[in-house]
Amino acid sequence: MTPLFEELRERFPEQIRSIDEPVPDQVTVLLSGPDVTEIARHFLSEYQARLVTVFAEDRVKAEGVFYNYYLFDRPGDTAWVILKAPIPADHPSFPSLAAELPAVNWQEREIQDWFGLEAAGHPNPRRVALHDNWPDVHPLLKDFPLDTVLPLFEGERHVYRPAYGEGVFHIPVGPVHAGIIEPGHFDFAVAGEPILYLQLRMFYTHKGTEKLFENIPIHRAVFLAESISGDSAFSHGTAFCEAVERAAEIEVPRRAQWMRVILLELERIANHIADVGAIANDVGFVIANAHAGRIREMVLGMNEMLTGSRVLRGMVGIGGVRRDWQQAQVEAIESTLAVVEREFHDLVVILQASHSTRHRLERTGILRPEKASMLGVVGVAGRASGVNLDIRRDHPYEAYRHLSFSVPVYQAGDVRHRMKVRIDEVAESVQIIRSAVSRLPEGSHRAPAQPIPPDRCALSAVEGWRGEIVHWVRTGEGNCLERCKVKDPSINNWPAIVEAVEGNIVADFPVINKSFNLSYSGTDR
Amino acid sequence: MFKILQKSFRVGTATADYPRVAPRLAEQYRGCPEFDFAAWSDARPAAEACPTGAIAVSDHDGARQVTVDYGRCIFCGECEAASANGAVKMSRQFELAVTTRRDLVLTAEYTLRSDGSHAELKSATSGPAVEEPGKRIAEAIEDLLGRSLSIRQVDAGSCNGCEQEIVALNNPVHDIERFGIHFVASPRHADMLLVTGPVTRNMELALRKTWAATPDPKIVVAVGACGISGGIFGTNYASLGGVDAVIPVDVYIPGCPPRPEALLYGILLALGKVRQRGGSHSR
Repeated sequence: MTPLFEELRERFPEQIRSIDEPVPDQVTVLLSGPDVTEIARHFLSEYQARLVTVFAEDRVKAEGVFYNYYLFDRPGDTAWVILKAPIPADHPSFPSLAAELPAVNWQEREIQDWFGLEAAGHPNPRRVALHDNWPDVHPLLKDFPLDTVLPLFEGERHVYRPAYGEGVFHIPVGPVHAGIIEPGHFDFAVAGEPILYLQLRMFYTHKGTEKLFENIPIHRAVFLAESISGDSAFSHGTAFCEAVERAAEIEVPRRAQWMRVILLELERIANHIADVGAIANDVGFVIANAHAGRIREMVLGMNEMLTGSRVLRGMVGIGGVRRDWQQAQVEAIESTLAVVEREFHDLVVILQASHSTRHRLERTGILRPEKASMLGVVGVAGRASGVNLDIRRDHPYEAYRHLSFSVPVYQAGDVRHRMKVRIDEVAESVQIIRSAVSRLPEGSHRAPAQPIPPDRCALSAVEGWRGEIVHWVRTGEGNCLERCKVKDPSINNWPAIVEAVEGNIVADFPVINKSFNLSYSGTDR
Repeated sequence: MFKILQKSFRVGTATADYPRVAPRLAEQYRGCPEFDFAAWSDARPAAEACPTGAIAVSDHDGARQVTVDYGRCIFCGECEAASANGAVKMSRQFELAVTTRRDLVLTAEYTLRSDGSHAELKSATSGPAVEEPGKRIAEAIEDLLGRSLSIRQVDAGSCNGCEQEIVALNNPVHDIERFGIHFVASPRHADMLLVTGPVTRNMELALRKTWAATPDPKIVVAVGACGISGGIFGTNYASLGGVDAVIPVDVYIPGCPPRPEALLYGILLALGKVRQRGGSHSR
């Protein structure tokens, strides 16, 4: 890292105030002002770095400024780099990067909505997280009380970009959808069957999560983290605990690290199997979905046996896991896993033998690799479109540094390959769990409880089954948090659906959407 | 094709026979907590540990009122760990659906010692009726099978945890269609709205419109701690709390998320109520 620091200092002597590494592998570069454009360009072009997320913090009361944080990931380097850009309270504005970096489009607008900081020069500065009928409030400002009651439904209706032309019309869908899925609004502009373009409107499930994190003690906040995105309860819970553990320098016992790995992989397997079935279902291959549902129940039964909860809730805790396992439980993992593996293999054979299914999935909903990397797409959807990222391998956490596994990456970017990534990953996860079970160390499952020191910052990243989850915390007085930023992989990936559906027929939208299977709640928080 | 048939024959019947047969729960499964109010020496640590405020204490004049709200409970087990003498125990009970919100709330009154611990139990409401899982409903099920029910599911702001378990009702293991119950794509086709929460400010209008679009007689089921009370989110600038803050609710199904059998139990309970309301049948 040292040559990088020197080069940066030399290159940007005016802009860089200090560089330090308060937490191992988390380098913070404090800037002298709000403009990160030049340094960000340098990171992107010189280091081929990726801008993971951008978020703000209200430090006006404590330090007289706001901060914007820009998190960069450089290929081949396990250290994260965070640019920390102060924004003066009397001139709450920062230059937008969205025009050259579409990946930050929504996240910069979130900052506008939640903090009232202007993203100057943003090509589409409309509200995103607070809908048009909200009064002029900025809920993540420190002087905005959590329980503020806001007047309901005044203001204008959201306007969608119109489409003109003979035979061109709009199909509005949502927020209440036809299936058992989360709410969001999709506005399709179509010319006959093919989709011209899709406009998304999200944040219907915005429930004040990041604000709530600042208002409850950390031991309760773990459960809030489990409710960020219910299908990723264990991944988000673990990401949150890790961030706090790093900030407070709590060492997680080795046994707990391996237990977390097993549970993270079980969450991946359960969701991937469900998605493989659901994708088949959306092209009419119902029997495949029935088998997937049946196999998934076996995994959920295993979850229940290991954690007391079918969906792995109430298990992860600060310092480790809440409940230890008896030897009989550990042995039951192996026997059930063998059945799951065999049954899933049979399902894959049935799927692969169906030519009609293959024809529906192949070349449907293509996300081209160049679009995927431009949009900062992560996780399953990224790996199906040539984005070779996996936090477990690139920034290993828990016991992943001791494990070897392969990361499937394809270039085709169609529905079939998003399914294929999942099928490959189930096989990898089974091997990871087997290895973890055989190497599960004895010892404590949780570090003793200890007070969390105030004013410490740390981030954590976890490869959830959907992709990269990032939590960033600043601890506060009395075992509370000053700030908790949550980045679900879905916020990176939603705009990719817009690209993937273009030119496809409306009838293929459900299967394209399902092949991404993004979280609305994780996006909206 | 042959492979598909061969696999189906090998698998045989996957469907569990709940509620006729109690589900096979793992020994570790956590249902709701049960409270031995007389043995509870101090409710404060449990109230402090509870992440959702399901356990609350209020002290005045040397007396304490403790309320336990299963409508907020997420079955995490923190109250058990925080209480001495085995006064709080996680049970395996999940059939908790009720038709009246206040039936989910227990209260106990204590006199206090000088250190704030409990001296004497003055009064307490009894815990949830614990029966063999499925028994209560199994007795009524024969009568109900004649009717079909169409459900429109509405996510009014949930984390998607409840939706996972609702989707599982359609898998071959839980197979809700064996009761003539199915999920429909439009509220206009629905007899029942199965609503998860918390109801967000951004979903309030959509929920009201969905409710208005559902023909009478209709039944509303609030699902999960968040659907009942707002759960861990409670009410805040973006959350209005439980479903009944916005539309009238007929049945409440606790859990976080409620397991599929708990959902089935609540839906079947509501089904009895539909018939009751329709006047063709009374229980």
